[in-house]
Amino acid sequence: MHEYSIAASLLRQAEEHAQKHAASRVVRLEICVGELAGVEVPLLETAWSLVRERSLCGDASLAVRRQPARWECGRCGEPVARGLALRCERCGAPARLVEGDELVLERIEMEVA
Amino acid sequence: MCDVCGCGDPNIVSEEIHERILSENDRIAGHNREHFARLGMLAINLMGSPGAGKTALLEATRRAAPELRLAAVSGDLATDNDAERLRRAGIPAQTITTGTACHLDASLVHHALHHAGEEPVDVFVIENVGNLVCPAIYDLGQRFNVVALSVTEGPDKPLKYPVMFRAADLVVLTKTDLLPHVPDVDPERIRAALARVMPEPRMLCVSATTGEGVAEWVRWLRNPSGFDHATERPSPDGWLGQADPSSPCETTRLATTGRGE
Repeated sequence: MHEYSIAASLLRQAEEHAQKHAASRVVRLEICVGELAGVEVPLLETAWSLVRERSLCGDASLAVRRQPARWECGRCGEPVARGLALRCERCGAPARLVEGDELVLERIEMEVA
Repeated sequence: MCDVCGCGDPNIVSEEIHERILSENDRIAGHNREHFARLGMLAINLMGSPGAGKTALLEATRRAAPELRLAAVSGDLATDNDAERLRRAGIPAQTITTGTACHLDASLVHHALHHAGEEPVDVFVIENVGNLVCPAIYDLGQRFNVVALSVTEGPDKPLKYPVMFRAADLVVLTKTDLLPHVPDVDPERIRAALARVMPEPRMLCVSATTGEGVAEWVRWLRNPSGFDHATERPSPDGWLGQADPSSPCETTRLATTGRGE
């Protein structure tokens, strides 16, 4: 259960940005969590609701965009279907993950004096 | 106060960030990586379930290749047992006690490196906390991720833990001496499951008890990038091929099913 440590990292990151802008509080965070990021979103949301207490993010909402995994051939770019061997049907080269492993803070909204 | 009309409403600033949430961990991992590179060490992040045989694999490595200079840190929630076993085997090792934490992060490894010995080391193993979930997402500064998977864990673990196995550069299938006792586990089924989550499914079969496959594992440690997984021998291209009938995985399987006789 590493979602608490991720929520703590997110809090530190958000507070750094808030302090840079001399914000009085953080209102909202937008994050992207890829399907293969290894993070359970409901657990992260629970962890966030706990770690944000008594901080600049005390009532900051967390909006999560989920990014499905998408694979393509690492050589010719042909899309590679999920659920089968991760190899290109056309040229046989190994697939590469195009998107779906993100764990990213995308946007922060904060209140400034 | 609102800076448009001065009405007293709060002024909300919205800023695009696009920064990895684990960027601070990544920064420290980069520092660790520079440390390993400067000292010429190959750093391996060894992961796997509790009881997968991570410590036994290192003990067998030491027995098979005493001239290979190994050192290790072992992540453990509560005991010093694994590091103690490694020290008894002749591998300089220390414990990183994680308490309730289920994984190592770059900062824990960084602190441990401050207490590492001065002796020259060829392979520095970070033996992670036994867990197939959490350790996968933390960069520690390693060069390669190795996942130990024991035959008694069943053939579908790669499909159940895709994040971990996607992160693996190499899977070491351990306890292959037990294959005769787990008839539903076929190394080729595991290899097929790996191929669905790992674009280049590289797997070695090892028994720390009989020593089978340990020589191939040691060859991989000596030259991971140049290892030819088709023949399980060092090769300049290192490209994955089909299973080789002479590989330890195959010989074990054939012997188990009687088809090798």
